[in-house]
Amino acid sequence: MAYDLTHLRQLEAESIHIFREVAAEFENPCLLFSGGKDSIVMLRLAEKAFWPAKLPFPVMHVDTGHNFPEVIEFRDRRVEEMGCRLVVASVQDAIDSGKVVEETGPRASRNRLQTTALLDGIAEHRFDALFGGARRDEEKARAKERVYSFRDEFGAWDPKNQRPELWSLYNGRIKQGEHIRVFPISNYTELDIWMYIKEEGIEIPNVYFSHQREVFERDGMLLSTCEFITLMDDEEPFMKTVRYRTVGDMSCTGAVESTADTLDKIIDEVAATRITERGATRADDRVSEAAMEDRKKEGYF
Amino acid sequence: MEMLRFATAGSVDDGKSTLIGRLLYDTKTIFEDQMEAVERASIQMGAEHTNLALLTDGLRAEREQGITIDVAYRYFATPKRKFIIADTPGHTQYTRNMVTGASTADLAIVLLDARKGVLEQSRRHSFLASLLRIPHLVLAVNKMDLVDYSEERFEEVKNEYRDFAAKLDIADLTFIPVSALHGDNVVDRSTNMTWYQGPSLLHHLEEVHIASDRNLIDTRFPVQYVIRPQSDEYHDYRGYAGTMAGGVLRPGDDVIVLPSGFQSTVKSIETITGNLDEAFAPMAVTVRLNDEIDISRGDMIVRPNNVPENSQDIDAMVSWMNEKASLSPNSRLIIKHTTRVTKAIVKDVVYMLDINTLHRNESAGELKLNEIGRVKLRTQQPLFFDEYRRNRETGSFILIDEVTNVTVGAGMILGEAA
Repeated sequence: MAYDLTHLRQLEAESIHIFREVAAEFENPCLLFSGGKDSIVMLRLAEKAFWPAKLPFPVMHVDTGHNFPEVIEFRDRRVEEMGCRLVVASVQDAIDSGKVVEETGPRASRNRLQTTALLDGIAEHRFDALFGGARRDEEKARAKERVYSFRDEFGAWDPKNQRPELWSLYNGRIKQGEHIRVFPISNYTELDIWMYIKEEGIEIPNVYFSHQREVFERDGMLLSTCEFITLMDDEEPFMKTVRYRTVGDMSCTGAVESTADTLDKIIDEVAATRITERGATRADDRVSEAAMEDRKKEGYF
Repeated sequence: MEMLRFATAGSVDDGKSTLIGRLLYDTKTIFEDQMEAVERASIQMGAEHTNLALLTDGLRAEREQGITIDVAYRYFATPKRKFIIADTPGHTQYTRNMVTGASTADLAIVLLDARKGVLEQSRRHSFLASLLRIPHLVLAVNKMDLVDYSEERFEEVKNEYRDFAAKLDIADLTFIPVSALHGDNVVDRSTNMTWYQGPSLLHHLEEVHIASDRNLIDTRFPVQYVIRPQSDEYHDYRGYAGTMAGGVLRPGDDVIVLPSGFQSTVKSIETITGNLDEAFAPMAVTVRLNDEIDISRGDMIVRPNNVPENSQDIDAMVSWMNEKASLSPNSRLIIKHTTRVTKAIVKDVVYMLDINTLHRNESAGELKLNEIGRVKLRTQQPLFFDEYRRNRETGSFILIDEVTNVTVGAGMILGEAA
C-alpha cells in the first residue's frame, strides 16, 4: 500500500503534468479565470506545477459585466497574492464599441456575447493555448472533448475531427492563428472538486456557502435579484436560504436551496444530489438538447 | 480512495450501452435531469423503451444518425473506488477509438452475446486489449437471460474463448455471466445463476488488484520543464519538473542524466507542500540535483545501474490513424516520446497484422487507416525507451503529420531495430 496514490492525488498529478506540458511547448499560454470554484482549483494546480516560480503565463477573465461582487473581489485578491498578471476581456467593452449587440427584454443574456469577447482577447494577446476549467462530467458534449481541444482560426471546435489522444502524450502542434483549449481537470467530477478544495484547504468565495438572499423564481430556477435583471409582472422576490453550485453570469446562474454552510456539508450535499450542477443552475444550457455543443462550435469555452 | 480506468468494447448489439447505463443507474450516478432528458429524447425518436445509449451519445450528429462518433468518458464512484470509463464505439473508426481508449486503461470489459459466442469482433477487441497491454481483461458474457441462464452455455462460450485467448498475451482474464438488461451479476450477484460462484461485475471492478500493475523497478524521470524562479528568494534555484514514468526516486540516490551521461545525486524532491522522501509513478514532482549540470526538456534522469535502451532505430507496433495517407517506407513524421519530440523516417513496414485472424501479411508494404503493423523507424535524435510490455509510459509514442499537425499514429515499442 505504500506506493498507492489516492484518486485525488492521481488526478492532481495528471493536471500538473498537463500544465507543465503546455508551458513547455507553447509560446503564449493563458489561464481562463472566473473566480468560480473550478478555476480556483485550476489556479491552485498551476501554482503547484511551477512553484517556487510564479506562473509562466497570465490569467484572463472573460467578464460579462454581470458579476457577483464577492467573486470579483475574490478574483482580484487571489491574483494579487499570486503575483500574476490579469487580463480582462470585457463583454461591456465589446457592446460599447459596437462589436456586438446586446439582447433585450427580461430574458436577455450576455452568454453568447462572451464568445466574441473571448476570441477578441485571444487575438489581441496572441494566445496560442488557453487553459479552461471544463470537466467532462458537466455535459454530454464535454464528455467527448479532448484534454487538448484543437480550435481553428475561428476558435471553433469540430467534434467530428478531433485529434486522437493517447497515453499522456499530448499533441500541441498548431499553425499561426490556431490555438488549443486545454482542460487539465477534465477527469474531475463535481464531487472530486469539492473534496480537493477541502483536502487542500483552498479558499473559495462565500456565495458557495449557504446564506440568506433575495431571490425570485423563473423557469423553476431561483435567480438572485440584481441590477442586471428586470422582473416580469408575475415574478415576486422573496428571501431564501440558498447557496450557489456554479458561479457565472448573475443573470442566468441559479441558486439552490441549501443549508450547507461548511465544506463537509457541501460534500455531503453534492454526494447525495440527484441533479447535475448545470441542470440545476444554468439557464444557458437549457435552451436545447445540444446547447453546449452549438456554442462550442462557435468558439465558446 | 483508489482510481480505476477501464475501457468498454463492443457494439450496440452486444448491449454495451445498456451495461454502462446499468452500472451508472444502479450506482446512482445518473442524475434525474439526465434521465429526464434521455426519456424525452427517446420519446421524440419514437423508441419504445428509454434508450440508455442516449446517455453517452451526446453530439447532434450522433442523435440524428443513431451512431457514436467518438470516445466518451463517463465517471462514477462507489465508496471503494472512483471509476473512469472510456466508452469506445464499435463501428466507424473502430480501431483508432479503441486504441485511444485502451491506452490509459487498467482494465477492459469485452462484451459477448451468450447466444452468439465468440465472434470476429470479440477477437478483435481482445487482441487490441492485449496489444495495448491492458493488465486486466473481463469477458462479460451478456444476455444470459436469453439462454435461460444456462451454466452449460456459459462454459461453452468460456472454452471457445480460452482456445482463442491462448494465442494472446493476457495477464489476467475473468469471465462473468451477466444480463445487462435485467441487472444479473452487474451490481449484485444474480439469483438466477446460483451456479456462478464468482463476483458481480461491479464487485470485481472494486476489488481487482491494480497496485502492482505499475512499474516500480525501473526508475525513469523524463524532464518535462526546468523551473528557474530567478527571484531574490530563489536566486540560484534550478528544479527539474516532470512526472515519474517508472520506478522510485529518493533523496541521496545516484543518478545519471541521458543523453549527456553526467552523474549526480538527488538533493531533494520538492513540492509546494514540502519535500518528499520518495517519488514514484505517476507522481508529478520537482527534482533537484547536487551538481550543476546542463539539463533540459527531453532529457531523462535514471539510475546508473538500470538504464533504458538508447537508440535511433526503433522497432514498434504501430496503429495507423490517418485517413488521408498511408504509412509506407520513407514516410517522414514527427515523433513524440515521453517529453522528447523529434523527427522520424519509416525504414520498413515489416508486416501488416490482420487483427481478425492475427495473420501477418509481409507483402503489405504499407499501413492504411485503422491498420496495425510492425514498423521500423529511424529517429533524428536518440530515444530513451523501454519495451512497451515492460513500461507503457516509456514504451509508447505518437506520430504526427508534419504538414497537417494531426496525430496519425500510435506506437508500442518492441525494442531496438536491428
